[in-house]
Order: sequence, then structure tokens, then C-alpha cells
Amino acid sequence: MKRKWRDSGLAALMLGPSAVILVLFVIYPLIKAMWLGQQRCGVTSCTNSGLRQYVDAFRSNEFQDSLIVTAKYALITVPIGLVLGVGLAVLADKYMRGVGLFRTIFSSTVATSVAVASVMWFFLLNPSVGVLAEWIGGRAKTPGLLQSPGLALWAVSASSIWANLGFTFIVVTAGLQGVPKDLYESAFVDGAGGFRRFTNVTLPMISPTLLFASVVLTTRAFQSFGEIDLLTAGGPKGETTTLTYLAYGSGLPTSNDDGLRATVSVLLFFVLLILALVQFRGLEKRVHYGN
Amino acid sequence: MAIDQVHGARKVGRYALLTVMAIIVIFPIYMMVVGSLKPGNKVLVNPLLPTNFTTSTLREAWSSGHLGRALWNSTVVSAIITFAQVVTSILAAYAFAFLKFPGKSLVFVAFLATLLVPLEATLTVNRRTMQDLSWINSYKALTVPFLATAFGIFMIRQVFLQIPKEMHEAASMDGLGHLGFLWQVAVPLSRPTIGALTLFSFLSSWNQYLWPNLITTDAKYNTVQTGLKSLKQASIDKPNLVIAGTVIVAMPIFVVLIAFQRQLIRGLTAGAVKG
Repeated sequence: MKRKWRDSGLAALMLGPSAVILVLFVIYPLIKAMWLGQQRCGVTSCTNSGLRQYVDAFRSNEFQDSLIVTAKYALITVPIGLVLGVGLAVLADKYMRGVGLFRTIFSSTVATSVAVASVMWFFLLNPSVGVLAEWIGGRAKTPGLLQSPGLALWAVSASSIWANLGFTFIVVTAGLQGVPKDLYESAFVDGAGGFRRFTNVTLPMISPTLLFASVVLTTRAFQSFGEIDLLTAGGPKGETTTLTYLAYGSGLPTSNDDGLRATVSVLLFFVLLILALVQFRGLEKRVHYGN
Repeated sequence: MAIDQVHGARKVGRYALLTVMAIIVIFPIYMMVVGSLKPGNKVLVNPLLPTNFTTSTLREAWSSGHLGRALWNSTVVSAIITFAQVVTSILAAYAFAFLKFPGKSLVFVAFLATLLVPLEATLTVNRRTMQDLSWINSYKALTVPFLATAFGIFMIRQVFLQIPKEMHEAASMDGLGHLGFLWQVAVPLSRPTIGALTLFSFLSSWNQYLWPNLITTDAKYNTVQTGLKSLKQASIDKPNLVIAGTVIVAMPIFVVLIAFQRQLIRGLTAGAVKG
């Protein structure tokens, strides 16, 4: 019994710093936000509306719209990003001269922050000076892709797919290197062609990596703020107002109302939690974990 | 070997495809660099080639965007956060991996659970905390909330657990206490993972966007990310000034990443490949 307690003092000292930070800036804010999200604020005072504010916010057009925008954004960026990432990784996986240079290029977008990538794409798509806008022409010139209803979300997606490509490429490349070579060789001996080897050996073997990458990319899509803030500010007409932008963007009903901001951010927390559970439950079954 | 090698026409095809994809991927970066080397009134002249070469745009972006200040702020803030995260993670990971204390698994689960809380769900309250402490526009606000991370604790704990129990027992028989074992054995053995965590922490704090936006209003406390936003808003009619600012801001990270590629790959794949 005494043994069990022997290290307690030292453990408390070692865990203390982390515990203080995590309690003060992660656990307390989450709990407090749940309470704050119940506050309905008028011009001068706030009243506690209980869960009503959550229900009302969830049912509001603004929330529903931004939930749909965010889902669309994830449905565009995650599959395209994954296919491109896997494609490039497979293409650059063979033993060939100079493949290292290609790998460096494909990884390079990982070095761009959200702000850097967004400003770059803002420049490329700028209707008056952007080269891409010039080449595409039509609505890319007037009013500009980022200002065009129906196209703005796709333009933001292009920027985000590009910015995340380096991450996906690196992760999938590492996954590919973990696939035992003899598996390919026996498939080759069995007469499987390149495509069959890809679908029957590569894909199942890298499925844990794909699960990880898709979880990260989906989470990033649901937490997207910087690209929206810098590229479209949520427009045109709310078409790119994602959940996080609804919670923290400027010029919205939530701005300057901490109660409403907290409501939206707590709802965002539950959306992300459900999403994480669904992804793991649904995909875990299909993922092949070796051994 | 046989199927790893690519031959003949297929090889040419593969190179062609790789080259096309490489050009597409590098294109935005190339355009940014070329744009930053042109004078403001010549952005539309030969946009694809670095004609009318000048460094004046870069220099103007540097001074009008106060980018020196922003780079300094980002460096200080990221260095503080990275150092603190590495130290707090190592200490907590050691407690979870090597110490015996009651309720250990419960405490560990509580730590892990914080990984499920997205940053976005906490920021409103955290900003109010900063207001209450009068920390708005300060290094404290930029760093203190991020001095520890459950991700780092978990990552280091995983490698600490791989250290054989016998080593720990042998060390304590030799009279080496916990701190001695941590410093002389556990940390040196875990150097690659600690390196990966260092780079990962540095990158994530360098790239923070939303939080600095919420708690700084004074340009003196701009990080490179918020500095870029200010520059974009202030120079709406000078797009290549903004792009020059982007080049300046992006450059240090490109250099860091090229130098630390291995750590980056290890850090990014920490969750992907079972270990």
C-alpha cells in the first residue's frame, strides 16, 4: 500500500504544470462556454434561457446554412484532397532517378500557413491582377470567382486542397513505405496488374493512414476560419460562412455577442465530437491493421 | 527489384505526369515569388516571367507591413510555446510512464479527453479570461494558454513506454533517482520523438491565426499571420505589395522545413502509422 503512494508527490509536481494549463484553458472554458451559451443578451442585460438558446440557435437559418456550407466544404475538399494526395504519393513512390525532387515539391505546400496560402490564392484569383482569373475568364473576371454565387466555395476549396496537399502527400508516402515489398511481389507472381495491385494490396495496407488523413482533413474543414476570413469573409451572401466563421467572423449576428458565440462554439464542439465518433466507428471496421 | 523498377515508355510517361503535377503544385508559389520581384505598376506585364526585376516591392512590404516586428513576435511567441510544451510534455509523460500513483489511469483519460475539445470551442471564454486579466495585446495572451498540450504528453508517453522496465530498475539500483533517469536515460533515448514534437509545436504555434486575431488589436503585437492580414487590408490596391509580404513571411518556414524534413515527417505521421 505504501509503495502505491510512494511517487505521488513527484507525480503531482510533474503533472502540475500541464494540469493547470489544460484545466484553465481547455476544460474550464468548455464548461463555462456551455453555461455562457445559455445567456440571451439584450441591449443592457443578459438572462439565462437554459437550453432554449441552443435549440433556437440550432434551428436558426444561419446555423443550418453554415452547417450545410461546412458539410459541402468538407465533401469537396476531403475526397479530392485524398485522391490527389494518394495519386501523387503512388506516382512518386517508385524507385526512379530524381524522385526526391518531386517529393520535395509535392511536400512543399505543408510549409504554407493558412494565411500565406490564402493570400497567395487571393492574388491568383484577383479579378484585376490574378493570372488564374485572366486564364479562366468569364465570371472569374467579373465579378471574380471569390465573389461569384455558386463558385466561391469551390474557389476557397481549391486554395485549401492545395494548402493541405503537402500534408496528405507526406502522410500517405510514409504509409506506403510501411507496406511490405513481398506482398507486391506475390501479387505480381499471381499475375495481378498494376491496378489490381493498387486496389488489392496498396489500398487495404494503407487504410489506417487514409483513415488518419481523412479524419485530420475533415476536422480541418470543420474548423476552417483563416481561409474564409481572408478570401471571402463568408460571402457572397453567406455562401462560404462555415461554422467556425459563424462563431468568430466579423459582421455577423454572433459578433460582439459572447453568449451567442459560445452557443455556436458549443454546438460546433458537439458536431465535431459526433463526426469523430462516426468516422472512427464507420471506418474502423473497414480498416486493415496488419498483425 | 523487378516490379519496383519502371522501364521504357512507361518510365517516360511517369516522368511526364510527375513533371506536369509538379508544375501545377509549385505554380502558386512561383507566381508569388515572381510577383514580389516586379514593381507595382508592372504586375500585369509578363506576369509569368520575372521581367522588370526589382527588390523595391519586397523592401516596401518589409517596411510598410512592419514585417520585421511581426517576424520577431512570431519567433518569440513560437519559441516560448515550443520550449514550454516540450518541457511540460516530457514531465507529464514521465509521470504517466514511470511513476506509481493512485488514480493514474483516470487522470490519464482526463488528459486525453482534452484532445477532443477543439480550440474553437474554448476561444470565446479564453478571450474573456484575457480581458479579465488585462492581457489583451501581450505576449502572455499569445503564449500562456498553449504552454501544455495533451498531444505532446501522449506522444512522449508512447516512446517512454517502450523503454524496457529493466533499465529503470537497474538505474534505480545504481542509485539513480527519477530525475537522473529522466535526464540521463529517458530523454536521450527519445530524442527523435522529442525532435518531432519540437518541430510540430513550433509549426502549430507559428501558424496560429484565429487566436492572435481575437486577442491583439495593437499592430505592435502582430504575428506574421495577423501581420499579413493587416498588410492585405491596408494595401488593397497594391496586390503585389501583399504578395511580397507573403514571400517574406513564408521564407523562414520553408528554410526550417527543408532543414528538419525528417522530424516533420515523423511528427505528421505520429498518429498515422502504428508504432
